[in-house]
Amino acid sequence: MQRRNFVKATALTVALAAAGFVTQPAVAADTIKVGILHSLSGTMAISETALKETALMAIEEINAKGGVMGKKLEPVVVDPASNWPLFAEKARQLLTQDKVAVTFGCWTSVSRKSVNPVFKELNGLLFYPVQYEGEELEKNVFYTGAAPNQQAIPAVEYLMSKDGGSAKRWVLLGTDYVYPRTTNKILRAFLKSKGVAEADIMEEYTPFGHSDYQTIIAKIKKFAGEGKKTAVVSTINGDSNVPFYKELGNAGLKATDVPVVAFSVGEEELRGVDTKPLVGHLAAWNYFQSIKNPENDKFIKQYRDWAKKQKLPKAETVVTNDPMEATYIGIHMWKQAVEKAKSTDTDKVIAAMAGQSFKAPSGFTIKMDEKNHHLHRAVFIGEVKADGQFNVVWKTKGPVKAQPWSPFIAGNDKKKDEPEVSKGK
Amino acid sequence: MVPRIFLLLMLLLACVAQAAPNPALVRQLSAEESDDRIAAIQKLALTAEPEALAVLQQLADGTLKDEKGEDITINNRVRRELEGALAVLKLIDPDPVVRFKAVKEIAGNVDAAMAPMLAKARDRETEPRIRALLVEIHATATLKDPDPKVRIAAAKSLASSADPNTKAMLKAQSEPANEAETEVRRAAFQSYLEVKDRLTLAENIGRVFSGLSLGSILLLAALGLAITYGVMGVINMAHGELLMIGAYATYTMQGLFRSYFPEQLDWYLLAAVPVAFFAAAVVGVLLERTVIRWLYGRALETLLATWGLSLMLIQAARVIFGAQNVEVANPSWMSGGIEILPSIVLPLNRIVIVGFALFVLALVWALMNRTRLGMFVRAVTQNRAMAGCVGVPTGRIDTVAFALGAGIAGLGGVALSQIANVGPDMGQGYIVDSFMVVVLGGVGQLAGAVWAALGLGIVTKFIEAWSGAVIAKIVVLVFIIMFIQKRPQGLFALKGRFVES
Repeated sequence: MQRRNFVKATALTVALAAAGFVTQPAVAADTIKVGILHSLSGTMAISETALKETALMAIEEINAKGGVMGKKLEPVVVDPASNWPLFAEKARQLLTQDKVAVTFGCWTSVSRKSVNPVFKELNGLLFYPVQYEGEELEKNVFYTGAAPNQQAIPAVEYLMSKDGGSAKRWVLLGTDYVYPRTTNKILRAFLKSKGVAEADIMEEYTPFGHSDYQTIIAKIKKFAGEGKKTAVVSTINGDSNVPFYKELGNAGLKATDVPVVAFSVGEEELRGVDTKPLVGHLAAWNYFQSIKNPENDKFIKQYRDWAKKQKLPKAETVVTNDPMEATYIGIHMWKQAVEKAKSTDTDKVIAAMAGQSFKAPSGFTIKMDEKNHHLHRAVFIGEVKADGQFNVVWKTKGPVKAQPWSPFIAGNDKKKDEPEVSKGK
Repeated sequence: MVPRIFLLLMLLLACVAQAAPNPALVRQLSAEESDDRIAAIQKLALTAEPEALAVLQQLADGTLKDEKGEDITINNRVRRELEGALAVLKLIDPDPVVRFKAVKEIAGNVDAAMAPMLAKARDRETEPRIRALLVEIHATATLKDPDPKVRIAAAKSLASSADPNTKAMLKAQSEPANEAETEVRRAAFQSYLEVKDRLTLAENIGRVFSGLSLGSILLLAALGLAITYGVMGVINMAHGELLMIGAYATYTMQGLFRSYFPEQLDWYLLAAVPVAFFAAAVVGVLLERTVIRWLYGRALETLLATWGLSLMLIQAARVIFGAQNVEVANPSWMSGGIEILPSIVLPLNRIVIVGFALFVLALVWALMNRTRLGMFVRAVTQNRAMAGCVGVPTGRIDTVAFALGAGIAGLGGVALSQIANVGPDMGQGYIVDSFMVVVLGGVGQLAGAVWAALGLGIVTKFIEAWSGAVIAKIVVLVFIIMFIQKRPQGLFALKGRFVES
């Protein structure tokens, strides 16, 4: 490990020196270091690699326009290798050794939970770009992905509506870890509040990396054949989605009969699947590549050019997705906050982040909430098209404020909508 | 919505007017509200003009453009209406295949108002299987008829159904709250029991099939190991990576076919079979010649060395193909499924894999029992020193046997590429399962591996059905541990003198 890091660090320094970012490693004071903490190997590499690329692209863009407060940004890329404890180790290294001003990183909730104590202890700053289950509000973290009320709840409401097919029976299907379990707990409470009976909800979990979905599909078919319109809510994460959707297509379960709405499947995950049998299945996000507006056109072009320049694998077919947009927004908002605070000091930047806004590729001017560290985001629901893109069939009128403490979990009404200030332990 | 179209359609069929579809209606197809779009679809369908139908078909295929030249996209609700309307129109199609599809489509949303039309279509139909379906759908439509006699007839003719929705309908009809007449209730209940039995049977057939399918995958993954570990005694931790090499060979062949023979793309998989075998076999020879042969008889060192080799192979795959999973598409002849009953569809890719597993098994069996090479391998396995004495080149046989095991793992990789993800560390997920199969079956026995793989597959699927995938995995592991405690030699023990043990 040590040695690999050394080689990487050397390679990075050489690369940066060659690119003209740093003339001499010793004069590091002229740059602001930015940590990038995404898995570049292991099971989550499928999703997280694109986020590293987005972060590097945004940093290059900012540097090309003169950097932040006259200083260039210097990315420090580490690979926590989809290994949850290694996330904490790498986070500590970024904060103590590299002394980064800010870190962009994590995908799974379990990796975020692993680094949270490190950022708290060393008073670092983390931008987390992925939709998640809520139930958390850390002073040192800004959440640029969706909370449940900005993704899961609207998606279920849509399926209950006339246009969504007036679903009456629900299958909650997920990978077995904290995010799907918590989300399904919230959804179950929500469905009950809408009058759905216990017998009309089926909850199923599969292990990480599960690849045989025959039994689950057979169960869904049986459950759906009992006379009421059924919908499936999928929180399957990572590369299990590919065999799941393949089986769904082969078993002939069509979206017009039993629609499947997914919260962790976007353009990137569908790149490896034949989407023709999946037309009409849904996903809920705060951004889709297919959204048409000048900001998004620019964002897509910028990423395609970046992919070509970096010679990424299959550069001609790269796609953009929601967590990439969230990473992009996060970096730009952080830049604005630093410039407002005139400092990269964690506490000053946190204070300056409140109320920051940014014209995002999703077509809205997005605001960071004054208090709760989450973005106000618009919600989109898209149906899969034959080419693997999404056709937006429903959206909110405007941005929605995040509720990290879901009102559907008992006891949350007493929790404050802002981070607890720690009073020393 | 569908029935009203149907009624009017039948009236209109006689006087087919020829004109371009009303442009205002076509424009309305791209309206903001789903209700407006659906209204336009219904009006267009009612004209029954071939041009209007062509427009609707384009809309369904996603090729219709609006005034700005952009594709008109539709949501599930509009798609359902559209498909229903098109299906009704296609009921009079001369092609029985089209008619059959149309009838299946209609079966999803039947309404009492459709009954007379369905009766007409039924009486006109000549194709027996379509007629049978129409009889059933017609019965569904008349199950709520005001005349109790009609209801009884409907309930009776539904007894032959195998549709889960029919089961729910019959059940409702057999309850006093929904049906006043005892006679009808009795008929409905009788039919309900029949349908229920048929569905239960179908469910169990489905489960046995998915068990067989899982078993054949386990078998393909483990068969190579049954030779290298079972027969030769090499604890090969790099076995999973040999599977991965087979899968990447398939991926490479797909790429080659895409670039050079795009017309024959569907047949890349057949070409991949020998390529994957030889690619994995060559790597196997390299591993055996460079590392493993120096470690024969030293199980622990072999274990560690092959584990190191597996890491190197994973890293090599990352360097060559990238860390992300690669896409291996099912050829079109392996996509979709065969519908046995409305409630069970057997996916074609899994059927093909079961067949492929049988083919590989036959190949290995013939090789081991019907060829000179096989005889040598068995001889070396049973008594190395003695085999050497009578002139068997034991060193070379080791290499060839290891290459054979590796090559068969490569074949397993071809099959895995069709149902699971292909990535650098895909092999890691199969190594435990493969060892489980070989150990359970009895080390040194090919037949044992077969029974163990199929048994594990079916048992896992039946446990999964009531406990879910997570628990099933644990239960199976616990079961194997207990079994090995009781019977360390596995299902099938090698009989006779075993000099090296």
